[in-house]
Formats: sequence, structure tokens, C-alpha cells
Amino acid sequence: MTLAMATPDTNLDLWLSQQTDKSLLRFLTCGSVDDGKSTLIGRLLYDSQLILDDQLASLKKESHNRTVGDEGIDFSLLVDGLAAEREQGITIDVAYRFFSTDKRKFIVADTPGHEQYTRNMATGASNADLALLLVDARKGLLTQTRRHSFILSLVGVKHVVLVVNKIDLVGYDQAIFDQIEADYRAFARDLGFQTLAAVPVSALRGDNILANSDRMPWFKGTPLVPYLETIEVAQDKAAQPFRFPVQWVNRPNLDFRGFSGTVASGEVKVGDDVLVAASRKPAKISRVVTMDGDLHSAVAGQAVTLVLDREIDVSRGDVLAHAGTVPEFSNQFQARLVWMNDEPAYQGRSYLLKVGAQIVPATITDIKFRTNVNTLEHVAANKLDLNEVGTVTIATDRAIAFDPYADNPLTGGFILIDRLSNATLAAGTISFGLRRAQNLTYQSFDVNRQVRAEQKGQEAQIVWFTGLSGSGKSTIANLLEKRLTAEGRHCYILDGDNVRHGLNKDLGFTEAARVENIRRVAEVAKLMADAGLIVLVSFISPFEKERHLAREIAGDIRFTEVYVDTPLSVAEQRDPKGLYAKARRGEIKNFTGIDSPFEVPSAPDVTLHGGQEEPAAMADKLHDWLKI
Amino acid sequence: MTSTRLTHLQSLEAESIEILREVAASFERPVMMYSIGKDSSVLLHLARKAFFPSKIPFPLLHVDTTFKFKEMIAFRDRTAEEYGFDLITHTNQDGVRDGINPFDHGSSRYTDIMKTAALRQALNAGRYDAAIGGARRDEEKSRAKERVFSHRNASHAWDPKNQRPELWRTFNTRLNPGESMRIFPISNWTELDVWTYIYDQNIPIVPLYFAKPRPVVERSGTLIMVDDERLPLEPGEAPRLETVRFRTLGCYPLTGAIRSDAADLPSIIMEMQASRTSEREGRLIDSDSVGSMEKKKQEGYF
Ligand SMILES: Nc1nc2c(ncn2[C@@H]2O[C@H](COP(=O)(O)OP(=O)(O)OP(=O)(O)O)[C@@H](O)[C@H]2O)c(=O)[nH]1
Ligand SMILES: [Mg+2]
Repeated sequence: MTLAMATPDTNLDLWLSQQTDKSLLRFLTCGSVDDGKSTLIGRLLYDSQLILDDQLASLKKESHNRTVGDEGIDFSLLVDGLAAEREQGITIDVAYRFFSTDKRKFIVADTPGHEQYTRNMATGASNADLALLLVDARKGLLTQTRRHSFILSLVGVKHVVLVVNKIDLVGYDQAIFDQIEADYRAFARDLGFQTLAAVPVSALRGDNILANSDRMPWFKGTPLVPYLETIEVAQDKAAQPFRFPVQWVNRPNLDFRGFSGTVASGEVKVGDDVLVAASRKPAKISRVVTMDGDLHSAVAGQAVTLVLDREIDVSRGDVLAHAGTVPEFSNQFQARLVWMNDEPAYQGRSYLLKVGAQIVPATITDIKFRTNVNTLEHVAANKLDLNEVGTVTIATDRAIAFDPYADNPLTGGFILIDRLSNATLAAGTISFGLRRAQNLTYQSFDVNRQVRAEQKGQEAQIVWFTGLSGSGKSTIANLLEKRLTAEGRHCYILDGDNVRHGLNKDLGFTEAARVENIRRVAEVAKLMADAGLIVLVSFISPFEKERHLAREIAGDIRFTEVYVDTPLSVAEQRDPKGLYAKARRGEIKNFTGIDSPFEVPSAPDVTLHGGQEEPAAMADKLHDWLKI
Repeated sequence: MTSTRLTHLQSLEAESIEILREVAASFERPVMMYSIGKDSSVLLHLARKAFFPSKIPFPLLHVDTTFKFKEMIAFRDRTAEEYGFDLITHTNQDGVRDGINPFDHGSSRYTDIMKTAALRQALNAGRYDAAIGGARRDEEKSRAKERVFSHRNASHAWDPKNQRPELWRTFNTRLNPGESMRIFPISNWTELDVWTYIYDQNIPIVPLYFAKPRPVVERSGTLIMVDDERLPLEPGEAPRLETVRFRTLGCYPLTGAIRSDAADLPSIIMEMQASRTSEREGRLIDSDSVGSMEKKKQEGYF
């Protein structure tokens, strides 16, 4: 049902709001050369009364000596805007045209069918939600029909309308239409289209464009324009994980440092915890800035400037994400490529790769196969020629943040650029990241601590907390672990109390038992570090000798001694477990600080002043010092 | 904001802002063409938004052909002062020396020298590697074919048969020495989008867009405003006052006015919806021949 449309003269604001409330459909026309794509777009523009009087007059003049419909117009001239196109009667490059109906606005990309210009078809497809795939009723499916279909599937166009055109030239024959539709459905089965409709039309004569044509009473489907007006293609990009590729660092003066960009997906709110995908540095969003005033939040598609609550290193190319849903970060991945240059793609060649705002040198490490666009079979290949589609692995000089293209086209689509001519060579879509262990030099190393740690993207190490009972060791260790984990690190806390309930259940509090206690914990910490973990050990460890022993056991593993220097009076006052009270009453023997000494570390790596600073501040300080 | 879907104008705005930021971040010496018309006003507004709270990080360039409407020049200087952007104006001094004008030398020669050549001079003089313009794809058939980031060789020429593929919003901004880029951030806006945005955002525009009694002469169906005494009157021709306005602005001797009573934005939008002619009809330089725009662009015209 159409709502009554306001007209601008009756109520401008209502009319405007109806205009802006209309949804937008971006689609393209594609298919083989001469199938009538441009004619169809010309027809759509003409029928939606978008061709104005002065344009119509010049069009009629130009249509002389060309194939024309009942209106005396060669509709393709409306879109084929280049001199060379009009001379040759073919489309060379994409034309973008705009039209709207009462229900919807449309941006249409009319793309060329000629194989030589396949890259321009890919250009048009990359921003489209839906494709009109044209087929000439007399010819059926051709190689270009299939190639274009494959490219549609590669760039993730999910909605396709098979437009069987020139049906006037086959006597409006239903059998021909049915056959082409059946052929196409069989071919497209594995291409991942969410919707696939088929409609027989004559672009030249206007059949089944706006309304069902009398000349094809057998067609019971929806005519083209009503179908385009109603098909639902919206994806809820706001519900996806938050991605914010930083485009430009906004620094008008020393008091303001913001990061300008467009929210690629998801939503971000003031107060959110975010991370820089590459460095895993965390921060909170403190402001969402626009010239129209600060916002509480921003959703996919909005161009904003984000301000963080602390000074961390962020520059163009970085991607901000929520802790917990960070993009992949790797220097190797598998991808699909459409090759767009006369000079073929070879294994081992170095190119520039641009994904989002990141540009890095990159090499095609392996061409796994080429896809035969007619049969969709995988064919062995050692190069990719112009217009060929292949599956490759790519290594970048440094790791980049990305998502698989299927999850997020804006962070998973890339282009390859020639390092000398700067030409755009290929469009690529990332399939998945390859981790180091899966890479090509797989056999050349032994799996050791360093390899395991690198797999986790960290340096394996031990952070040893020493200090009185109640000094705040565990609190700080916990805060540090939380933060590191949010940054994607893998940690484990060995806590005195917990270990004594299990592994060291058999040990008492004699001096020998204390040494054995520390020895075991140090050995366990070493094993865990060897497995690639960051181990946080929270033990009173009151004796200098034992701490030395722990450091010795660690060997070449990075070992940081952190002294939580909280005065006895403060610790005793806190007395979280009531132990000091018991010790004072003599119910516990050998209690550190009461009737057993605490040897102040002579050369700790870090000293934290418990009792003077907040645990969170101390954890941050330690985090900064460690530079993990 | 609770709705997660942006309105049409909001998404157009965001797309343009993203493009402007990409230019600022990717090029060494960008410049923004400022033609003082409605599209330039929108572009300026978008640039202010894109970089807020920073100032626009590149200068604005106006190529002054010496035959612009007086009101345009006054508006330009007022606007530059109000927003405090860096304004560069350039006039082809060779043309001034030779007294080039549209009456004696014809519109096409005049445009070549005072507009196209002048633009090349200005871009070379400033060593600009990126020039941002307010052209839209819905304006003209060859514009409908152009990329958002449109590559130019060392002589500023466009090669329409060999444009770089442009995938998603991943723009290839790389250049070889001497080459440059033209960037069109409002490529995907229509004339109606521009007017509704101006209305929605309350963007100041040159008053010539609003109807008012103005002195005009009528020549082969086109109304030319007599903006100063340089317009040679034909024998027996006398300017008469008519209520007119302009749909596009350029050089006054080459810009046709339309008879109209639309004196505010709502009436303009209303009139535009009812109109059966395109905005370019009033531009005398485009109707010389089919494909003339494409030719001019190959020569370095915007
Ligand atoms: N009889 C008939 N002729 C048509 C129809 N549609 C297009 N044509 C004719 O087919 C020829 C090619 O049409 P175009 O619209 O240029 O084809 P295209 O698909 O845009 O071609 P490229 O863009 O070069 O790939 C023209 O002569 C059209 O007039 C139709 O429905 N019926
Ligand atoms: Mg075509």
C-alpha cells in the first residue's frame, strides 16, 4: 500500500521527511556484452520520468540510425556517456545514475559486459546490495554471465535478479524463459546468494518493467520495479562487532587529540572500553565529537571523531575495537583475488596492499588455484591473468588488523597496488588469517618457548610479587591480569593461598617447608612460562634467598621482581582474612611481620607503594613499566 | 540517537566526510576548489564538519575568470572571513593582458583560457597533488562515469577509457611524480539532495539563487543578467527588470537566468520538483556539442 505522498507545495517539511525516510537501494546491472543493460537502465530512468525535456530533445536527435523502441529513443544513450562508448555502441566504464520512486531511492551502477572491462564491473559491484544480471533470451547463459555471477558472489552481493531480456525477440516464449531460469539456478546454487528472482523483460519495449505485461500473461511473478521497491536487503551492521579504522588524527591544539574515522560496523558509546587492534593498548571512549555537538554513541556508517581517556599511541591505519571482540591481527592470510591488470600476478612478487586505512608491502606467497568461471572448478595455476579469479595466500611485511570479508567487507576487502606504476592491480577479499604455525616455513623451526609465545603474540615471562600478607599483591596481580587479558594476552596467576590448598598441601610453615614451597612454585612458574604464558606469582616470599632461588630457576626467562611495599601498620589494619589478629593472639605461629621477619628486597625491579596509591593506579604503573 | 539506520542525507554526509578525510590524510598538498556556487557551499560545510574541531587543513582555491557575478565575489570574501579558511584566488594574467572575454573571443575560447588554463596554472603554481571539486554524477553523462578519486596525468588530463578500478571505499590515492588526483566527495548527491541538505543544515548560499527583480536581456531564449557595463548591448537592446533567479552560477555572460518567483528555499525545492529541465540547461558552455564536457575534462577542466 502506498501512503499518500505529500507534495512540496502542500507541506515542505512533511514532504522532506518522506523523502529522507525512503530507504536507499544500491544495485548494479551486469551480464554479457549487448544483453541490454544500458538499455534497461535508460528505460528505468525514462519510465520513472527522470528524463527532462532538454535531455529528451537531444536524446531523440542522437537516436537517429540506432535501434529504438516505440518512443523513438535508444535508451542506452542515456547512460553510455563517453564518446568512445557511443561510437562503439558498448559500455566501457560504470555509469552511476540516480532515480527514485514513491517508495525508494536508487543508485544504480550500469556496468560493462565486455570482458576487457571486467574490472569496471567489479568496481560497480563492490558497493551494491543487489544485482540485475541480464541474459539475452536468444543466447542464454554465456561465459561473461557466469564470470559476473562469480564476481558478485566474491564481493558478497547477496541479492540477484536474473533479468531475461529481449524476450520480444523470441516471441515472448515462456519455454525459453523457463529453460534459462533453470540453467541459471543450477549454476548459481553454490554462489551463496540469499535471494534469486527471475523476470522476463523487454527493456526496449518496456515489458514487465513497471507492471505485468499483457504480452506475457504466463508470468505470474513481480515485475522489475515493484520488486526492486520492496526487496529487503538491509543488514543490521550496527549489531556487528565494533570496528573503527582511524583515518586521520585530529589535533588542532595541545588540548585536543581525537581520532577521526567512520564506524565500519557496530556501535560505540561514551565510556566503552576499547583496544587498539595492533598494540592491544586499552582505553576508554571519553567523547564522541561532531561539529553538531558531542554524541553519546555512534553507529555503523557515522563519521565521527573519538576522544580517548588516556594518551596512547594511535595513528592512521589503526583499528579500534571493543575488548573481547578484536579483529584478527596477522601477517598472513588466505584471500580471493580478481586480477585486473594486463601484467599477470605471480607468486613471490611484492605489491602494496591497502585494507581500510592501512597500507603495507605484501607478497603473494602461494597461488593455490584459479577458478574456472564456467564450471567453478579449481584449476592449478602459477599465475593469474587479467580478469582471472584465484585463491592465494598473502604475507604482509608487518601484521595488519582485519576481519574475514564475509564478516565485514570494510575491514576484509583490500586492493593490491603496483609499487612502480601505482596502478590498482587487484581486488581481494580475505577468507581467513593464517597463523604462524601454519605458515610455509613450518618445518624449519622447533617448537620452543619463543614459538609458543609468539603464537600468542607475547613474550613469555614471570612477574613475581613479594610483600606482606594484606599488602595488596593479589589485588594488583588480578587487575594486571584483567588488563592483559583484555589486551589479548594469555596470563596465569599463581597465588600463595591457592597453591597451598593443592600442590603444596603437604607443606607446613617451617623454614624448610617455606623454601620447598617457593621452589615448587618457581618450577611451576617456569613450566608455564615455557608454555608461552605470562605468569603472575603472588607470594609473600619474605626471604631474599628464596627470591634469588626463584630468579635462578627462571633462568633466561624474563623475571620481574615487584615489591609491594605496604607498611605493616596498614596491612595489619586491613587484615582482610583476620590473620594478623590471630597471629597477635598467638593462634598462628611464624606469621610474617609478627613473629617471622620480612626481608625487604635489596634490588626489586619495581617498587609499588601500597597504602599510598590505589591498586588500579599501581597496576597501570606496573603495566606501563612492563611494556608487555 | 536510538535509531540505528542513518537517513539518506546522513549517509551521504558521512560518505563525503570520509572522502574528505582520506584526502587530507593521503596527499601532501591538497586544495579544495571553491566556485562559490551551491555545491561549493555544501562542500565547504562538509569540510568544516570533517575536520572539526581542527580548521580545514588545506586551502580553498577560487579561479576568478573576472566575469563572475559581483554578488558571488562579495559572498566569497564574506564567507572566507566568517569561517577563517585559507583562500587563494587565481586569475590567468595572460588572459587579462590579452583582454580575453566571452564576447569577442567566444564562450569556448574564453573558457579554455580563463577557466581551464587558469586552473592548470593555479594547480601547477601551488604544486597541488590533489584538487577537491564539487561535481556530482547526476549533473552530466560523462560525470556519471567518473571515479570519486579521479586520476590525472602530468598534464592534468583525464583518460576516461583507462580509469583505475575503485573498490568499496578503499581508494587508491597513490601518484607518480607530476600526476595529480581530482576528488569529488559529493559524487553521489543529486541536485535535490544538495538543496534539501542546504535547507536542513541552514547553509548560507549566494543570494542570486533566490528570485528578485534583476536587469536582464533576452538572447535566443536565454536570459542574461546585465551585471556590469562590460556586457555589450546590441542595437535597440535595453535591460529590463524581471523577477529571475539562477539554478547554477558561473560567469554572468554565460549563465542563463530563469523566470521565477521562488525567493526562499522551500519555493526553490518546490519549483525544482515541478521543473522539466535540467540545471545545466542554463549553462551555455555545456550545450556546445554532445560530449563537450568529456572533451573539456580531458583537457583538464574540472
Ligand atoms: N529487441 C530488443 N532489443 C534490445 C532490448 N534491450 C536492448 N536491446 C538492444 O540491444 C543492443 C545492446 O543494448 P545495450 O543496452 O547497449 O547493451 P549492454 O548490455 O548495455 O551492452 P554493454 O554495456 O556494452 O555490455 C542495443 O541495440 C539495444 O537496442 C530488448 O529488450 N529488445
Ligand atoms: Mg551497456
